[in-house]
Amino acid sequence: MADLIVQIKNLSKAFTYKKVLDDVSLNVCMGENLVVFGRSGTGKSVLLKCIIGLLRPDAGEIYIDMQNVLRMSEKELNEIRKQIGFLFQSGALYDSMSVRENLSFPLIRNFKFSKKEVTDKVMHTLELVDLIEAVDKMPSELSGGMRKRIALARTIITEPKLMLYDEPTTGLDPLTTKEISELILDLQKKLNMTSIVVTHDLICASIIADRAIFLKDAKIMYQGTIEELTSSKDKFLQNFFSTDIIKA
Amino acid sequence: MKITNLKKGTTWNILNEYFSTIGGLSIFTMEFLKNFFKPPYDFGEIKKHMDELGVKTLPIVSITGFIIGFVLVLQSQPIMIRFGAESFLPSMVSLSVIRELGPVLTALIFAGRVSSGIGAELGSMRVTEQIDAMEVSAINPFRFLVVTRVIACTIILPILCVYVIFIAIIGGYIALILSQKMNFSYYTDSVLASLKFGDVIPSILKTYVFGFIVGIVGSYKGYTAENGTEGVGKASTTSVVLSSLLILLFDSVLGKLTLWLWPT
Repeated sequence: MADLIVQIKNLSKAFTYKKVLDDVSLNVCMGENLVVFGRSGTGKSVLLKCIIGLLRPDAGEIYIDMQNVLRMSEKELNEIRKQIGFLFQSGALYDSMSVRENLSFPLIRNFKFSKKEVTDKVMHTLELVDLIEAVDKMPSELSGGMRKRIALARTIITEPKLMLYDEPTTGLDPLTTKEISELILDLQKKLNMTSIVVTHDLICASIIADRAIFLKDAKIMYQGTIEELTSSKDKFLQNFFSTDIIKA
Repeated sequence: MKITNLKKGTTWNILNEYFSTIGGLSIFTMEFLKNFFKPPYDFGEIKKHMDELGVKTLPIVSITGFIIGFVLVLQSQPIMIRFGAESFLPSMVSLSVIRELGPVLTALIFAGRVSSGIGAELGSMRVTEQIDAMEVSAINPFRFLVVTRVIACTIILPILCVYVIFIAIIGGYIALILSQKMNFSYYTDSVLASLKFGDVIPSILKTYVFGFIVGIVGSYKGYTAENGTEGVGKASTTSVVLSSLLILLFDSVLGKLTLWLWPT
């Protein structure tokens, strides 16, 4: 059990009248890429936000690196957050800052790097996402795919151990989706990270996933490899995956 | 806690909105105070906001200040002449502008220009998850976004107010010399001679309170915005309405307090 990085025990969360997570338990091993499937509004993003501490669950426990994040002080939680990256669906780039400032912001605020070290790290990370020419652009000057890449660069610049992706390929065309998914996989291998990816996108999932779970009616209904889920005889899963077309 | 299932437009819903705003703003202010007394301070950001807020408001407050002094003299001159009290015009201008018109009008214009801007900016950051992005990066967004803006507003408004008072007195002089001869040094002597401690210092001090109101209300409305772009618009508008109301309310309270402490 020593290689477990995330352990979720009996997690429940409800909003006003709707239960979105009900007694969910889940383990994620170090270096694993887990994909979370589910229809819209089934609590996938809520699960990620509970892990990072943006939302507080109604019941249950969340352990990251064997530490219960729900019993931590704000200071302790921030120390854990420095080891986690979170890629938002919209990218959430700071639109009043240039790409350079977006990337250097977490480094300047959380670490004691010299000016030169910060610049080197920014340029190196932009090189990893193949967008070095965008360093002095503003987020409004970037395309959807570029914004996703820059957001990804900002997230990995602190070299987190665990990456949480909230629908990383939503709104992108199939080719860009494939590029971004391959980039995520490539970075995961280079930086030796663990990933939890929330997505509806089968192209993205088939490239990234080692294992997948499916949330339905606020519970984990199915889990297995992508092949197992897509070839399942279950009527619901067959309907869910039938609308997706995989192009190798 | 706000009750969310009330029908829009009903009395209960209006009361619910009213009390949840008062409660929310009070908790937000407490959160500000908690963070305010916790160093280190982000002086770079504070300076940046002071530059932005102060410099951008300068043209509009300059025009306003000039018009206050100019119109005040134009309107009161005939009445003062009728009572043979035209020599009191400089004192009348300085007392009206310093005690009341300067601080309150500057604060209201500042609220219209700055509070709505802060509300819209933070509101847009909230709905596009930029504030959440800061939080998950282990950066305290409250300290970075709210504390710096509120401090900047609190410092910059008194400076703008002194500037507006100066411009308004100049405006008054220009209106005066259009209709009668008056030496500038006589005018300034009369202005200064009529002023006492209780006229100047409390008036300037209350602009610190107004500046704080503008900053905290704009930040509160923006920071707690929800429901997408509609929420951003609402945050911007309600920031101006609420901060203007609070400025007028606190002006009455502080005006009464000033009279009690320094009776005329």
